[in-house]
Amino acid sequence: MSLLTTLARLEAVRSGRAEPLATVRHRHLSDRPMVLVPLTAAGESGAPLAVLLGTDREAPRLHLVPQPLNRTLRSDFLAGLAADLLPYLESFAEDVEQIEGSEKDPETGEKTQVFRELCADAPQLIVPNGAGVRHLALIGRSTRFRRTAEDADPGPYPAPVRVPLLGRWLTHFTDRAQVPGSSLLLPMTSLLARHWATGQSHLEDQHLAARLAWHRPPPGLTGAEAAELAESARDDAGQLLHPPAGPATDPRFDEAVLAPAITRYDSAAGALRHAAEQGDEAAAERARAAVRAAVGQLEEALTAVLLPTWRDVWYGLDLLRALPPAGHLEERWTGDRWSFTGHRDRLAAGEPPQPRQDDAVTAARKLAQREREQARLDVQEALDDPLAMAEHRLAGEAFSGVVTEVVPDWDTTGRSPKPRPLVTLRTTDRPHADLGREAHRVWGSSRPEGGAGPSAQKAEIVAVDPVGGTVTLRVLSGMGRRKEPEPGSLPEPGEAVTFTLFELTVRQSAPLPEPDDTPWTHGGPPGAAPVPAPSTSEEWE
Amino acid sequence: MNVSTNVPPGGSAEPLAQRLAELRGPAPQRSLNARSLAALAANPGCHRRAVLDAAGVDKSALAARLGRPAPFGQSPFAIARGVIFESRLKADDYAALLEPLRHHLGVPADGHAPLEVPDLLQRSGPAVRADRTAQALARAAADPDAWTLLDHPLLRLDVAGGTSYLEPDALVVHGGRCTVVEIKSFPVLDGSADPAKVGAAARQAAVYVLALQRAAAAAAGVPLSDDPYTEQRLPGSPRTSVLLVCPKDFGNRPTAVAVDVRRELATTRRQLSRMTGIGRLLEALPPDAGFDLACDEAGAPARTAEQLTASVEAVPAAYSPDCLSTCELGFHCRARARRDDRVEQLGRGVRGELGSIRTVAEALAAAGTKAEDLAGTDDGTDDDTDGGAEDAAERLAYAAALRAEALAAGAPA
Ligand code: SF4
Repeated sequence: MSLLTTLARLEAVRSGRAEPLATVRHRHLSDRPMVLVPLTAAGESGAPLAVLLGTDREAPRLHLVPQPLNRTLRSDFLAGLAADLLPYLESFAEDVEQIEGSEKDPETGEKTQVFRELCADAPQLIVPNGAGVRHLALIGRSTRFRRTAEDADPGPYPAPVRVPLLGRWLTHFTDRAQVPGSSLLLPMTSLLARHWATGQSHLEDQHLAARLAWHRPPPGLTGAEAAELAESARDDAGQLLHPPAGPATDPRFDEAVLAPAITRYDSAAGALRHAAEQGDEAAAERARAAVRAAVGQLEEALTAVLLPTWRDVWYGLDLLRALPPAGHLEERWTGDRWSFTGHRDRLAAGEPPQPRQDDAVTAARKLAQREREQARLDVQEALDDPLAMAEHRLAGEAFSGVVTEVVPDWDTTGRSPKPRPLVTLRTTDRPHADLGREAHRVWGSSRPEGGAGPSAQKAEIVAVDPVGGTVTLRVLSGMGRRKEPEPGSLPEPGEAVTFTLFELTVRQSAPLPEPDDTPWTHGGPPGAAPVPAPSTSEEWE
Repeated sequence: MNVSTNVPPGGSAEPLAQRLAELRGPAPQRSLNARSLAALAANPGCHRRAVLDAAGVDKSALAARLGRPAPFGQSPFAIARGVIFESRLKADDYAALLEPLRHHLGVPADGHAPLEVPDLLQRSGPAVRADRTAQALARAAADPDAWTLLDHPLLRLDVAGGTSYLEPDALVVHGGRCTVVEIKSFPVLDGSADPAKVGAAARQAAVYVLALQRAAAAAAGVPLSDDPYTEQRLPGSPRTSVLLVCPKDFGNRPTAVAVDVRRELATTRRQLSRMTGIGRLLEALPPDAGFDLACDEAGAPARTAEQLTASVEAVPAAYSPDCLSTCELGFHCRARARRDDRVEQLGRGVRGELGSIRTVAEALAAAGTKAEDLAGTDDGTDDDTDGGAEDAAERLAYAAALRAEALAAGAPA
């Protein structure tokens, strides 16, 4: 946490409301996200209890396991979930665009033109919190290796046919969720945390309802008071007025509501079995009605604890949608689309499910990818959002100021003189600006229109006057090829400019897929020879 | 599971124990079990918690009386699951438990040295059980070839003038030494378990190891080694690696993980030595302080909520948001931290960031100061403002200026 975030939190304590941490929205939001609110059975790692899901906030669908310890019922639940979720995922697989590139023939070394499919859009899953992501990962892990009746050796408990496929998709989404800046699967608490500060700690912010309380405290209450109510207020029966966002349920809900309802189900199901054994059709009919009633009660109880969180997630989406999208969202979402397309292709190519543990090479590559994406995200967010740039200014890695003087100068050592003008600006920032250090100009809204846009502009720090608050830079590039700088390529006196001490181009990778997302039919894993990362957006070798 | 019961110290109560008993009132002393001792290590700096725990006050009941009950609870499903897993492990003469133990400790398969499982008199009182455990352990340790499993032994640990009884799930004794075995129902998935849960289990197991170390040192008539990281090899002394037995993946098959608890041991020892320094904390208490939660026959409380609050406030706390998940008084102390405008309400890290600035108001005042004004304060050397505050104040003012500028620039035109 930086001091700027801390400051925003301090302000939130004082105002009693959430305070902005961003001026734009830094994560892609789908027009048709799938919201999932999962619940798990206490004590059973990853055992599902229920899930409320859907793309329509007015029409959530509930899936539940009436007895979480019953293998058959769990199978039924997973089959139902697969039947509900997979069509949503697959609905994005058909509509593709052709991306042109060139590939080097491995034998002749000749470049040939190739086309690759890229899904025009990708699905997006939104869960309430980070624990929800981990829960989906556990479901993915527990189902993707399951054998089904279609396998040659289905084993004693074959899973419904589409369940392993669900597991592989969930594994892909939860894996992708670890890539910084990715948006295929997002927990609402993290989304909110990126864009607003509350007057409480990160720990307390994990509680979705408590966090949202800072965004809409009821009249007369501060955010802190409203958050405490969301955390702890109970009704006369001792049940939380605002159930936790899961996947774990409140122990007192388990005790007073869930356990009796499951017991009722168990005894009705027991009576049904007994009646069937006895061949007593009338008793069986009564028992079936009792089972239906018991399931109905469970549905009611679970819907009641899931709905508040369901509404919270959608309310969070409302808040985020009110922010203007950041400039680089499109580019990063393209990476997500490649990720989705790649997994689609891997499935189509008949690859085996993702392994339990990554081998060393894959693990290292994933780590490198995450580091690279983190660096890219940092730069893009800084370019998109003055508040993010402020973090870098505070850290002394960037500085903004007003140009006071531009002195033309030339480098005459070569055959023809090259422009090397001196730009001085007045700044209150305190950059770690050692003499000779390279700086990079940030093109703000003053960026000239037309053409390919100005190229990157590099400069070198030649003088720093901390008392007078000035920095002088010699501009080294981005001024065209002629003796005189291109018009508009240099800032004018009086103009506000920003320079960073870090590079602004972290390998422009869009629209290229990551190696991990490349199916082996295209040379990706688990094929032996890794494809070298292409260097430009137009070709891959 | 560790159920433990505390017995007030015998007739010749030392003054310290007596004072603690007075603070607690007539309520039964709340046991300090391994879990609560381990939780102490979560916030070592808190005097309030140290005093309440040393006095054996029921913090849950106290929190309720203060108006902000502890939100902790355990689901009946989770409890049932734990019980089922443990009973499966122990069925058929511990067959399922022995399988992973064999792997880690080299317990011989059936037919070699048979496993001894002495009767530990589970139905007796704690003192008898603890004596019995000590005897059984001594006997098992005397024969290095024997393999002995102590099922739910009871260990003694003296803490702050009182005796706590601790109940590990099992001890395995072989080669004259013992190993603590804890049964947990969280899974080991693809070879790794939730680090937070393993950490909590390790802190808890470290308390057992400490109790066993002290007992072994006392039995051998030697002092406990000063360095918590050296393993004293005494008859019956514990290994500093404990075994966690957990379900493997999603099933009920057990698997064992060896966990080195020396670091947790060091923390626990430091913590407990602080508890013995509790006398000094007590001296600082006002004479009328007390945490008596009892009511008289008519139902009138011995102490009103206001009196209890005042007594609690008389002991300095060290609140941080972590308290919410580790201490029953978390909600109470948070409300106080907020009322007092303390910066700790935002997290432990924030305090470090803000130097000697302690309140939100001070921090915001610093943030509201113009940078130029701050520059002017450099010369005069005030005695009451240390450099830390000034530094932090200056950084805050700079951050505030940057934030204001960015928000203005980012606002839609
Ligand atoms: S909640 Fe209060 S008493 Fe408990 S550890 Fe934290 S500060 Fe100490």
